[in-house]
Amino acid sequence: MSETRTLAARDALRRADEASSQAATRAIRPDLARIASWIDSGSRVLDLGCGDGTLLAYLRDQKQVEGAGVEFDDARVISAVRRGVRVIQQNLEEGLALFDDQQFDSVVLSQTLQAMHHTEHILREMARVARYGIVSFPNFGYWPHGFSILRGRMPVTGEMPYQWYDTPNIHLCTLKDFEALAAKLKLRITHLATFNGGKEVKFLAGWRSTLAVYRFESPMAAK
Amino acid sequence: MVPLHTSTETDASTYSDPAPSQGVQHGTPPPGASLSGAVQPVAVPPGSVGLVSPRFIAFDEPLQLSSGQVLPCYELAVETYGTLNAERNNAVLICHALNASHHVAGMSADNPKDIGWWDNMVGPGKAVDTDRFFVIGVNNIGSCFGSTGPASINPDTGKPWGAAFPMLTVKDWVLAQVRLADHFGIEKFAAVMGGSLGGMQALGWAITCPERIAHCIVIASTPRLSAQNIGFNEVARRAIISDPDFHGGDYYAHGTVPRKGLSVARMIGHITYLSDDDMAAKFGRTQRSPAQNGEYHYGYDVEFEVESYLRYQGEKFSTYFDANTYLLITRALDYFDPSRTHGGDLAKALAVASAEFLLVSFSTDWRFPPARSREIVEALLKNRTPVTYAEIDAPHGHDAFLQGDPRYHAVVQGYYDRIAAQLGLPGRQAVNGVLA
Repeated sequence: MSETRTLAARDALRRADEASSQAATRAIRPDLARIASWIDSGSRVLDLGCGDGTLLAYLRDQKQVEGAGVEFDDARVISAVRRGVRVIQQNLEEGLALFDDQQFDSVVLSQTLQAMHHTEHILREMARVARYGIVSFPNFGYWPHGFSILRGRMPVTGEMPYQWYDTPNIHLCTLKDFEALAAKLKLRITHLATFNGGKEVKFLAGWRSTLAVYRFESPMAAK
Repeated sequence: MVPLHTSTETDASTYSDPAPSQGVQHGTPPPGASLSGAVQPVAVPPGSVGLVSPRFIAFDEPLQLSSGQVLPCYELAVETYGTLNAERNNAVLICHALNASHHVAGMSADNPKDIGWWDNMVGPGKAVDTDRFFVIGVNNIGSCFGSTGPASINPDTGKPWGAAFPMLTVKDWVLAQVRLADHFGIEKFAAVMGGSLGGMQALGWAITCPERIAHCIVIASTPRLSAQNIGFNEVARRAIISDPDFHGGDYYAHGTVPRKGLSVARMIGHITYLSDDDMAAKFGRTQRSPAQNGEYHYGYDVEFEVESYLRYQGEKFSTYFDANTYLLITRALDYFDPSRTHGGDLAKALAVASAEFLLVSFSTDWRFPPARSREIVEALLKNRTPVTYAEIDAPHGHDAFLQGDPRYHAVVQGYYDRIAAQLGLPGRQAVNGVLA
């Protein structure tokens, strides 16, 4: 058990070193840039699954945002610390008990929703801790997915590069599926952006986009 | 800055002949060592601060204590590493836990095998990088490694304080350390850092003198002891107090030491520092020296390796640690609870803090488990105080804060590098220690 932990520790460090050496040269992804455009300067932001802190560092430097991140992976936590991003190491499945009601202006869950066991719970928690929630996820409705299923196989594409037996994505959905759940949870959708391969898609987005990004307003804030 | 309190400094030679008078040397044997012939030249490993000697700083202004008692004067044993810069903004104070001292890093000049208790963390190129930071290790009052404590002479009686030594709290330690900061002309520490009880002192600094600490680094600590924690402390204290050699705490006058009680206290403590996994891996049910065919001895002498280990640790500890100090420090642990004066609301207690915080906990630490650190994180988040928190999945229980888990060290290193950048200190010249 100790040996496994030691190996895990070394591996985490190696990955953190790699991430840190790449971070300096990398520009922010278009979907993250769009998320950033929905966030007010000087506001308070919680980034769930903040990774190496790219978005929060960007928001801090460009928009003077007071940010906090939640991340579970050791290597990403180390990378975020190196960037000077305030990160809390925690498993998101355990909920957001550390955070108070409406403690933030915006809460972001980027490309993580589809990998969570407790989908409804995390969305409710997001609506509890912040006025605005921003969620991105791979669009299962992307037309080649349907084509793949017609041919009898589970889809394996850019945003979802996993085989069915080793995928972390356990709760995949389409744009309409998400909108139905948002309605059920009384999350008022304010913005939607859709992307394919880093480019924005506006026409027939439900079929043509691989990644959807929604912004919603919490029912607590609307009251 | 003019020190607010009168203090005088003496070197180690007054206290432990033939130690040299210099505070810190980097890689060279102390001058005078060759003259006395007591110290041979020593190879200094990369990342070590080298040979170090304590300094003793006397404060002659009475210290008002939480208990209402007053300590008329006191002396602190101190080691320093690195150089205080002209702006005096690169100072780091390291606070120790129950059984440690001011000897944080490097090799004792009078015994180079005596390595500092946090040597893997502090040194040139290490996580707490003495190439850039001026690091102070301090022995607390009440302890037994050179600072004024129960074994020191009570100026009123000319005899050891013994049972008459005042009870202390974490806040008292902080107030004593504040005068040390004044002595060095440090208005604001870049960071105050500690593990376990040391972490409580760091928290104490953030609450008691928020304007004098930029970063508060709290490792494997807790905002208050649980009933279970207090229970373990009480068993340890009863072991000492019920030892016939204890004599109500005045054993110095009787020429005795409650060695058996202190030894048992240490054994109890030691179990709480290790994880179940760690003990299983280290000892399992291995027999010490089995009878023929691996049979048991069917008696109460050492049967299992774990017993042998604990007895050895206990006995070793009882030869150098003062029993009154053990009582006093465990009590200070019990008393620590900053939320107590705020209706149990930790966030309110921490509301005055203006430092940025780093907290680290370890998954297998059942003495001060991650949940206790999370309470502090939650309170800080509530106050909108900047906080970073790492929860390291290390196997070594509470002791992990002294071990070399690379993730843990990378988090601390990364955090200190950011502090250095904030302060405009130079970049890291080397990477030594665990992360090399």
